[in-house]
Amino acid sequence: MAVQTVASTTDSAAANSVDLGPAAALSCRECGHRVPLGPVFACEECFGPLEIAYDFSAYDTEELRGRIEAGPANIWRYAPLLPVPADVATKPNLNPGWTKLVQADNLARELGVTGGLYIKDDSGNPTHSFKDRVVAQALEAARAFGFTTLSCSSTGNLAGAVGAAAARAGLRSCVFIPHDLEQGKVVMAAVYGGELVGIEGNYDDVNRFCSELIGDPAGEGWGFVNVNLRPYYAEGSKTLAYEICEQLGWRLPDQIVVPIASGSQLTKIDKGLQELIGLGLVEDRPYKIFGAQAEGCSPVSTAYKAGHDVVRPQKPDTIAKSLAIGNPADGPYVLDIARRTGGAVEDVTDEQIVEAIRTLARTEGIFAETAGGVTVGVTKKLLGSGVLDPSLTTVVLNTGDGLKTLDAVAGTGLTATIRPSLESFREAGLV
Amino acid sequence: MSVTVRIPTILRTYTGGKAEVTAEGATLGEVISDLEKNHTGIAARVLDDQGKLRRFVNVYVNDDDVRFEQGLETATPDGAGVSIIPAVAGG
Repeated sequence: MAVQTVASTTDSAAANSVDLGPAAALSCRECGHRVPLGPVFACEECFGPLEIAYDFSAYDTEELRGRIEAGPANIWRYAPLLPVPADVATKPNLNPGWTKLVQADNLARELGVTGGLYIKDDSGNPTHSFKDRVVAQALEAARAFGFTTLSCSSTGNLAGAVGAAAARAGLRSCVFIPHDLEQGKVVMAAVYGGELVGIEGNYDDVNRFCSELIGDPAGEGWGFVNVNLRPYYAEGSKTLAYEICEQLGWRLPDQIVVPIASGSQLTKIDKGLQELIGLGLVEDRPYKIFGAQAEGCSPVSTAYKAGHDVVRPQKPDTIAKSLAIGNPADGPYVLDIARRTGGAVEDVTDEQIVEAIRTLARTEGIFAETAGGVTVGVTKKLLGSGVLDPSLTTVVLNTGDGLKTLDAVAGTGLTATIRPSLESFREAGLV
Repeated sequence: MSVTVRIPTILRTYTGGKAEVTAEGATLGEVISDLEKNHTGIAARVLDDQGKLRRFVNVYVNDDDVRFEQGLETATPDGAGVSIIPAVAGG
């Protein structure tokens, strides 16, 4: 099927014949205009983002809960709530998710949290970041729409996730990244054998390039997971919300701290929580969502603090490269959600990010990538300012593995170098 | 001032399927007005009811995002390339 960026409202019959489970249509988040399911991402009326509209009307709450609990230990336990065919678990894919929700008692003591502090550690996914969740959805959409090449614009983590998913599924991959990414992410993206192209520019430049490629014959037949497959891809982040609630015993957390790059993950976590409430799987009670950015790329935090409802783009300059999106498309929605739920958006400096990475590693044995340093750092900052309530159940997301961003803690190393003798060991002052 | 405008797929119904068209204007605002003359309806897709760029539209003059420049007042020198791109997210 040729790549399109928008479907007309009249060619619906063929597009709607695809089997993507409970997904019923695409709906514009801005104006509500609906179009059939297809490889399209922007509203033909207003350019607004299209997202999946579902039909969950047939579900019985307890029957659904039972199906989920009897499902596989990965995201496909939630297949009835995702835009995927019912037999998704039988197809070749990376089966990500069901990552650990770590009760972080040591960190809680250090930060003064008494109501329960948890780290949702998504470094445990197959390519060591939450991106496996979203790519798994995009892969199913790519199969449904007949794409033969899987592609993306990426800050690094996504490139690896796409490369791995394509390898498992037997598709070609060709992904685009800024040319100056951390070596760990470049290797992680390249090792799966797909094509990896460095673009001379930042992520926003890469994204622009991919958006132009998609409208060109050169991009024909390509499924860009975060461009023309974005409505499907983005839904994968809902599984973070589902898992957190199920792992808490089908209970909403009181507070949740989420990193912001494009803002998509935060908005989909909110969507996931709302769906669980609507389906009766969790009790309907208040929760607060907090967004976390690096000071060197803080367009949403800046807008939040200024009381704005639009986001002015920035040129990123931070070690948190996986969050370095200066023009976050979902930024306005993040502002809406933070304000609606009584949360906030905050940012931390690169120094605070590194300190937070070290604190999490030292207290809980979790080595987070820089994005995890951002969420832990922002948690500490918001506890200090009294914005986060230490007496409430709080979940902090770590979305990637520290091995991918070793440069951030490059100063960490040997405590001492000694001769292989007990005398030398004693001389080093370690006993 | 004659410029080249790259048209995203979403707007090609207004340009007879063309991915690239030429337009006149010394500023982006004038270029969009000129586009509207030759491709009726296109301006309302790019601009909101207040005549501002819609928030999910990104426009570049050469390599510069006009939100970092002067928005619709951004100069469009003779021979410039203007790209209109739907905003997308990811990372």
